[in-house]
Amino acid sequence: MSGLPAVQELAARHRLRWWEALPWIAGIAAFFLFPNYLSFGTLVLVTILFALSLDLVLGYAGIVTLGHAAFFGAGAYTVGILAAHWNWTEPLSGLVAAALVAGAVGLVSGWVVLRTQGLTLLMLTLCTMALLEQAANMFSGFTGGFDGMPGLSFQPILGLFEFDVLYFRSQYLYALAVLFACFVVVRMLVYSPFGRSLTGIRENLLRMHAVGAPVRARQVFAYAISAAIAGVAGAVFVHATGYVNLAVLGLDRAAGVLIILILGGYGRLYGAFVGAVVYMVLEHTLSKAYPTAWQLGLGLGLMLVALYARNGILGLIDALRRRWSTP
Amino acid sequence: MSGAGERSARASQARATGALLETRRLCKSFGALQVANNIGFRLEAGARHALIGPNGAGKTTFVNLLTGVLAPSSGQVLLDGEDVTRLPQAKRVKRGIARTFQINQLFRGLTVLENVCIAVAERMRAGGGMLRPAGLRTEVTDEASRLLEMLRLSADAGRRVAELPYGRQRLVEIAIALGLAPRVLLLDEPAAGIPSAESHILLDAIAGLPPEIAVLIIEHDMDLVFRFAQRITVLVSGAVFAEGTPAEIAANHEVRAVYLGSAIDA
Amino acid sequence: MDLISTLLGGLASGMVLFIVSVGLSVTMGLMGFVNLAHGAFAMLGGYVVVYSMRHWGLPFAAALALGFVAVALLAVVLERTLYARLYRASELDQVLFTIGLVFVMIALVTLGVGPESQRVVLPHWLDGQTDLGFIKYRTYSLALILAGSLLMLALWLGFERTRIGAKIRAAVDNRRMAESVGVDVGRLFTLTFALGSGLAAVGGGLGAEILGLDPQYPLRYLAYFLIVVAVGGMGRVTGVFFAALLIGVLDFVLKIEFPKGGTMFIYALTLVFLLARPQGIFGRKGA
Repeated sequence: MSGLPAVQELAARHRLRWWEALPWIAGIAAFFLFPNYLSFGTLVLVTILFALSLDLVLGYAGIVTLGHAAFFGAGAYTVGILAAHWNWTEPLSGLVAAALVAGAVGLVSGWVVLRTQGLTLLMLTLCTMALLEQAANMFSGFTGGFDGMPGLSFQPILGLFEFDVLYFRSQYLYALAVLFACFVVVRMLVYSPFGRSLTGIRENLLRMHAVGAPVRARQVFAYAISAAIAGVAGAVFVHATGYVNLAVLGLDRAAGVLIILILGGYGRLYGAFVGAVVYMVLEHTLSKAYPTAWQLGLGLGLMLVALYARNGILGLIDALRRRWSTP
Repeated sequence: MSGAGERSARASQARATGALLETRRLCKSFGALQVANNIGFRLEAGARHALIGPNGAGKTTFVNLLTGVLAPSSGQVLLDGEDVTRLPQAKRVKRGIARTFQINQLFRGLTVLENVCIAVAERMRAGGGMLRPAGLRTEVTDEASRLLEMLRLSADAGRRVAELPYGRQRLVEIAIALGLAPRVLLLDEPAAGIPSAESHILLDAIAGLPPEIAVLIIEHDMDLVFRFAQRITVLVSGAVFAEGTPAEIAANHEVRAVYLGSAIDA
Repeated sequence: MDLISTLLGGLASGMVLFIVSVGLSVTMGLMGFVNLAHGAFAMLGGYVVVYSMRHWGLPFAAALALGFVAVALLAVVLERTLYARLYRASELDQVLFTIGLVFVMIALVTLGVGPESQRVVLPHWLDGQTDLGFIKYRTYSLALILAGSLLMLALWLGFERTRIGAKIRAAVDNRRMAESVGVDVGRLFTLTFALGSGLAAVGGGLGAEILGLDPQYPLRYLAYFLIVVAVGGMGRVTGVFFAALLIGVLDFVLKIEFPKGGTMFIYALTLVFLLARPQGIFGRKGA
C-alpha cells in the first residue's frame, strides 16, 4: 500500500535520479577538456570532499563548528608522518590510516565537546583545532613544525598509476575516485533513517528526545564519520601535493570550508560541489590579481548571504524555481 | 496483529496488579517556588483521565515530570511498577510513554509524512538504520500513511509542516505521538488552536485510540473533558485539589470556586 | 625577581585582553549574539590612535579618547542598521555575518593604510622604567595594570551601583523578565554595544605595544577573546577580569618557556575547564 502520492515522492527522492550522474560526467569531462588545470582541479575535488564532510555535521546534524580543519589536518599529518618517518608511502592504506586517525580524533572530541551547545560548543571546536595546530607546532620533530614536511613522494596507486608531478593526471582521477566513493557513503547516510534523524535533531532537538531517539549517540557518531571523511580529504591533499604544513590545521582553512559550504547551500548534499567550484574558480582568478579587493568582496558577500541568502546558491535556485512554478 | 494482543494481555495484567503509570509523593521546586507538591497520581491501563486546573497550576510541569523533561526534587515516577524516576526522556519514550506538547514541537522544515516517519522509525527501532533509504522502507511509510489517514491528514502529507495552518499542525503533533505506539499517552491541551470546524477530527481520533492504552489529557475545553474523561484530577498550585468521576467533580463546590468563571457548568 | 617580572608582564597583557574583551562579554551576555567581529573594533581603535597621533599631532590620551568616541559611533551605526536584523537569526547566520564584517574591515584597513604592522609611539611619561622598591619595571606595563584595575573597579561600581547597571544585569540574567518589567532591552543593547566597542578600541590603542597592530589583528586574537569571554562567564565583568589575567599570564609564561606551540596548553586547559564548567567562572548554570 504505497498509495499516498507523498510516499511515492519521498521514495522517488531517495532513489537515484538521472541528473545525479551529471557532476561525475562533468568531472570526467574536465579531465579531458582542461588538461593544463588538473592540479587546480585536484584541489577543487579535495575541497569538495572536505566541504561534503562538513555538510554532514553542519547541514544535517546542525552542529556549528569553526574547527573542522582539525580533522582535515589529522588525516593530512597522518599520511605525512607515516611517509616521512616510517617510509609508509602506499597511498590507499594511507587513506585508511588517515580515516581511522581522524575518525578517532572526531569520536573523542565529539563525545567530549557535544555535551555543550551554542557559543560554548563553537569555542570548544575552535579550541580543539587550535590545540592540534599548536601541538603540531610544538612537536616539530614529528611534524616539521612551521615549515612542515615538503617533498613527500608516494608509491603508485594500486602499483600501476604513478603520481604525475607535472600534469597531475593521476592525482586528479585519484581524487575523483575517492570523492565518488566517499560521496556514495555520505549519500547513503543522509537518506537513511539515521540521516533523517540527524535532520530531526537539527530541526527540533526537544522533539527528537521526545520520540525516544538517542540524540547524543547519533550526534557523536555523525561527528566521527564526518571527521573520518575530512581526514580522507586531508590525506588526498597530501598525496596530491606532496606537502603538509601547519596551514592544514588553521582557522583560514576551517573558515574557508565553512564559507564554501554556505555559499553552495548546506544540507543539500550538492551544495559542497557548487560552493567549492564557484568559490575556488573565483578565488583563483580574482584573488591572485587583487587579493585585498577579493577579501573585501568576499566579506561583503558573506554579509549579504547571512542577511538575504542563507541557503546559498542552491537555495536561491530553489526559491526561483518555486517562484516560477507558482503563477 | 500479535503486537496488539500482547499489549492487551499486558494491559489486563497491569489492571490486575496495579497502575500503569503512577507517581508517589512527587515534588518539584525551583528555589523557593514549589511547582509540584506531593503529587500522588495513578493511571490505569485503558484509562481516560483528564487533568484540569487554573492557569499556572502546574499541569504542564507535571507532564514534564512524568515524561522526564524535568527531574523531580523528590518522589517517584513508576511505569508499570518499574521506577523510571532517574530515566531520561528518550528512555521513557522507549518504555512506552508518549506526549504531545502544549506548543507544537514539530520538524517544521520537513513534510508531514517525514515528521511521522521519523517517529515511527524510532519506534520500530529502525531510527539508526544506515543502509536502506528511509523513503524505501515500506513498513515505516505504510504505518505513517495509516496514521495520517486516521487523522485526515493524507492530503497534506507531502507539504512542509511550516506551511500548514496551526490547527493542522496540531494534528501532526498527535500523529507523531501515536506513531510511537505508546502504552501511556499524555496530551497537553490537544484542542488548543484547532478551529471548532475541525475539532471533530480530534474527537474522533481520541475516541478511536486503542482501548488498552492509558490516556491523560490536560485541557481547558470542558466540553471535551466531560465527553472524554472517566476520571478527572484537579490540580491547583501544584497539588492535587480534588479527584473523582466527572459527576463528582462537577458537583464539587470548592472546585467551582477555585475555577474562575462558569467553565464547569457542564 | 624573574618570577615577579614575568608575572607583571603577564598581568599587563592580561589587562589588555580584559579591556578589549569586557565589551564582548557584556554584549554576548545581554543579547546572546555571537560577535566574531569584536576584535575588528579594537583594531580600528588602534589605527585611529596611530593616525591621529602621527598626522594630527594629538597627544596619547586625547588620541585614545578620540578612538573611543569614533569607534563607539561607528558601532552604533552598524548596530542599528545591520546587527539588529540578526538578533533572531540562527547562530550560523550570526557567525557568517560577523566573519564577513571582519573580512570587510581587514580589507578596508589594508587598502587604506597598508598591510604593515603599525607602531604606537608612547608618550614620554610612559617611557622607561619605574622603581617600585622591590623591582624596576617598564612604566608602560605598570600603567596598563593600573588602568585595567581602575576600569574593572569603575565597571563594577557602574554595574552594582547605578540604575542602568542594574538594568543591564537584570537583562543579562533573564531578558524576557527584564522586558516584562519595562526595561527597553533594545536601547540598552545599543548603549552597551557602543560602550563595549569603544572600550575595545581603547584596548586596541593602549595595547598596541603588546599585542601589535596590523590588519590581521582581529583574526589572530579571535580565539583568545572568545576564550576569555567563555571562561569568564558571559556578562560577568569580574569573571572576564580574572579570566583575562589568567590567560594573559599563562600566555606570557608559555611563550617564554615553550616558544613553539606552548599555547596549546591554554587551549587544552580551556577545553577541560569549559567541560567541567560550561557557564564560566562566575556564570550561572542553565542560562
